[in-house]
Amino acid sequence: MIVYGVALLSVCLSLGMFIGEVLGVLLGGEANVGGVGIAMLFLVMASNSSRFKALTEGAAGSGIQFWSAMYIPIVVAMAAQQDVAGATEGVLLAVTAGVAAVIVSFALVPVFSKIGKSSNADSTQTTGGSDA
Amino acid sequence: MDILETVLVRNNLLVAFALVGVTIWISYLVANRFTAGRIHGSAIAISLGLVAAYWGGVTTGGTRGVADIAVLGGIGLMGGGMLRDFAIVSTAFGVKFSELKKAGIAGVISIFAGVIVSFVVGAAVAILFGYTNAIDITTIAAGAVTYIVGPVTGEAIGASEAVITLSVAAGLVKSILVMTGTPLVAKYIGLDNPQSAMVFGGLMATTSGVAAGLAATDPKLVPYGAMTATFYTGVGCLLGSSVLYFIVNSIF
Repeated sequence: MIVYGVALLSVCLSLGMFIGEVLGVLLGGEANVGGVGIAMLFLVMASNSSRFKALTEGAAGSGIQFWSAMYIPIVVAMAAQQDVAGATEGVLLAVTAGVAAVIVSFALVPVFSKIGKSSNADSTQTTGGSDA
Repeated sequence: MDILETVLVRNNLLVAFALVGVTIWISYLVANRFTAGRIHGSAIAISLGLVAAYWGGVTTGGTRGVADIAVLGGIGLMGGGMLRDFAIVSTAFGVKFSELKKAGIAGVISIFAGVIVSFVVGAAVAILFGYTNAIDITTIAAGAVTYIVGPVTGEAIGASEAVITLSVAAGLVKSILVMTGTPLVAKYIGLDNPQSAMVFGGLMATTSGVAAGLAATDPKLVPYGAMTATFYTGVGCLLGSSVLYFIVNSIF
C-alpha cells in the first residue's frame, strides 16, 4: 500500500520536527533545532531496518519515492515565492557567498583526496583507490 | 472569464502543479538544447522561479513572490515549509549505511568539512557585507551550504523573508558554478578517480551541481560523487539550525 510509505514519511518528519522544537525550548531559543535533519536520520534508520520492511518495500516504497521525485518541482515552487523584489540589494552578497564557497571547496578537493589515498594505501598497497 | 478565474483560484494547488510542470519542461528543454546539458535543467527552473518571484513581488508589492497573486496562491502551499520539508526528508529514502562505509573516512570527513567550510565562508561574506545579527549571518551562511539548507535553517531560527531569499540565491549561484566550473578545474584538483569524486561530492554537495559537473567531466564518476552528495543536505539541515547556529549566536 502506497499510503504506508507516505505515513512512515509523515511520522518521521513530525517526530523530527517535534524533537527539534523540544530541543529549541530546552536550549532556550525560538528555533527548531535540526528538525529536518533528525527526520532524515529516522527515515534512513527505518529504510535500513528489516522491522520496517512492510513500510518501505514495494508499493509502500514508491509512496516515498514519489515525494523524492517531487523534490525539485517543490524547490522551484519555493523559489517562486521568495521575496526577491525585497532582496535585490543583496544580490552582490549572494553571488559573493556562492562563488567564495565554491572556490574554497574546489581547493580542498585534492587535500581531502590525499587523506583517502593514504588510508587506502595502508590497507591495500597496490590497488589504492581503484577498488571503489 | 470570471468563472474560469473562480475555478482556478479555488483549485490553486492544481494550477501550481501544472505551472511548475510546464516550467520544468521548458527548463530541461533549454538545458539540453542550448547548454548541451552543461547546466542542469533544475538550476534553470529554479532561476526561472526566482525571476517569477521578482515579477510577482514588483506587481503585487507583497513579500511572497508569485504566491501573492490569487490564481498562483497554490505555489505558496506547494513550495511552503511543510511540503518542502516533506520532500527533503523523502530524499533520504534508500540511503544505505553500507554506502557510507564505501565512501570511507575521506568521504565522511569531506561531507562534514564541506558543510562547515561553506558555512564559514558564507558567514565571513555576510559579516563582510555588514550583517551583525546572528540569525541573518547563520541563514546566509547556510545558503552557501546549499539552496535548501539555507531556507530550512532560516525558517527554523526565524529569519526574515529577504534574508532567506538571499540564502536561496547564494546556494543557486554555488550550484550553477559547480555545474559549469567542474570540467574546467577537474584536471587541477585531480578529479579523475572514484576516490576524489566521492570527496568532491562530499565537499561541493548540491546533488544536481555535482551530478551535472561530474557528468561533463567523466560520466563514470557521477555515482561516486552523488553517493556522498546525498548525505550532504541531511548533514547540512542537521548542523545548520543547531551547532552552527549556536556557535554564530555565541559570537554575535
